[in-house]
Amino acid sequence: MNGEEVKKKVAEVLSKVDVVIAYGQGFDAAHGEPCFITKKEELDSLILNPLCEHNLASYLPSQKKKKTGVVVKGCDSRTIVQLLEEGLIERENVVIIGVPCRGVASAKKLSKALGHRQVEALRFEGDLIVAKTSEGEKRISLVDVFPDKCRTCQYPTPLVYDVLVGEPIESDKDPDSVYGDVRELMGKSLEERKAYWEKEIDRCTRCYACRNACPLCVCQDSCIAETRDPHWMSQRSSLSEKMMFHFIHAIHLAGRCTECGECERACPMDIPLGKLKKKINMDMLELFGYKPGVNREDKPPLYTFKVEEERIEEHEL
Amino acid sequence: MSDVENRELRIVGFLCNWCSYGGADTAGVGRFKQPTDLRIIRVPCSGRVDPLFVAKAFVNGADGVLVSGCHPRDCHYSDGNFYARRRLEMLKRFLPFLGIDARRFHYTWISASEGQRWQKTVTDFTRRIHELGPQQKAEEERGS
Repeated sequence: MNGEEVKKKVAEVLSKVDVVIAYGQGFDAAHGEPCFITKKEELDSLILNPLCEHNLASYLPSQKKKKTGVVVKGCDSRTIVQLLEEGLIERENVVIIGVPCRGVASAKKLSKALGHRQVEALRFEGDLIVAKTSEGEKRISLVDVFPDKCRTCQYPTPLVYDVLVGEPIESDKDPDSVYGDVRELMGKSLEERKAYWEKEIDRCTRCYACRNACPLCVCQDSCIAETRDPHWMSQRSSLSEKMMFHFIHAIHLAGRCTECGECERACPMDIPLGKLKKKINMDMLELFGYKPGVNREDKPPLYTFKVEEERIEEHEL
Repeated sequence: MSDVENRELRIVGFLCNWCSYGGADTAGVGRFKQPTDLRIIRVPCSGRVDPLFVAKAFVNGADGVLVSGCHPRDCHYSDGNFYARRRLEMLKRFLPFLGIDARRFHYTWISASEGQRWQKTVTDFTRRIHELGPQQKAEEERGS
């Protein structure tokens, strides 16, 4: 990840598009944030480092016909592939600036590691984050503040790009580890799983941040969690309503979620929402050999069918 | 069975208009004895059954949910049940992840002439749900 090189590439792309979506410095030294660049003068605000946690592909469906450049990491590129698969964006309207990535820092985990103190300055030394707070300098290993997705990352290099910043890199993570957390939970008893989710989901404040951040939640203002006709959900804040909301989110992403982790990043209550979607993805892989966001020519499994399903058996009573 | 022992449980059935609803009707016309726990919701096609219908039923405290449509290849709309099969299988595997017993959810195919098969399905499913007992609604369990 090289800040200067990305500026050069963005400058080249900028002349061909209306806007480039990239990363800028956030409100303090420990946060990156999305930034929209339309003029050459704005290039200086660009950054490219492990603080670039967001999935910028989320903005693409709402860009409509605007020609847009976008900076994506490997995981984010899967979102673009999925959006293309579903016809939600058009390839000719997007210029993809790919960034090979060895992992980002979760702002939430970083803040926790620093005791939630104000960060005055922050720099990177190899795989170390050196953060200065009122308590002095603290060195934190990047690996320790990885969001969960980075621990099992299979696609460090974008799957689709027009220009690449730096050299492609290969994943060194075990492919079997991707669904390790789901398998672990499935290894527990039904009652334990029920208790686990009741405890987690009970914290939900129904702020809908997970939905708003989700790059594949494209219903926008027509989301059935908010419509009054049909009235799927009331405004009550009971556990069953929260459960229902997460059911909606997970099922609407069935066979579509690209595991970018935006829902978990956005969640203010630290609910492991990604697990719900990963469980369905795991089943989709088992049943239909389908993985979202890896091949543009694929069709999401629930958008199609086979007359003879090889792996779906009839259930006996 | 429900009418003899225990209290009646809440089982929701989504039946397609063309086959399974007809099958249930055939069973009725044939005066086959059936348990009374099932509340039938008639839908145009099993393809109309959004997995969220089932989810909503469970979240609101249903003890069991049964979905039945035309046999594969016999769909009145030619391919509705093929889509349904994929969605319902996805749901069947997802429910236990959240702690809802997959045995509480069943989907099957019953044609309009299969009154007997309908009777057997609804009887067996109801028996299974009675064996599992009522499902605790989250709030009830936490006493709020």
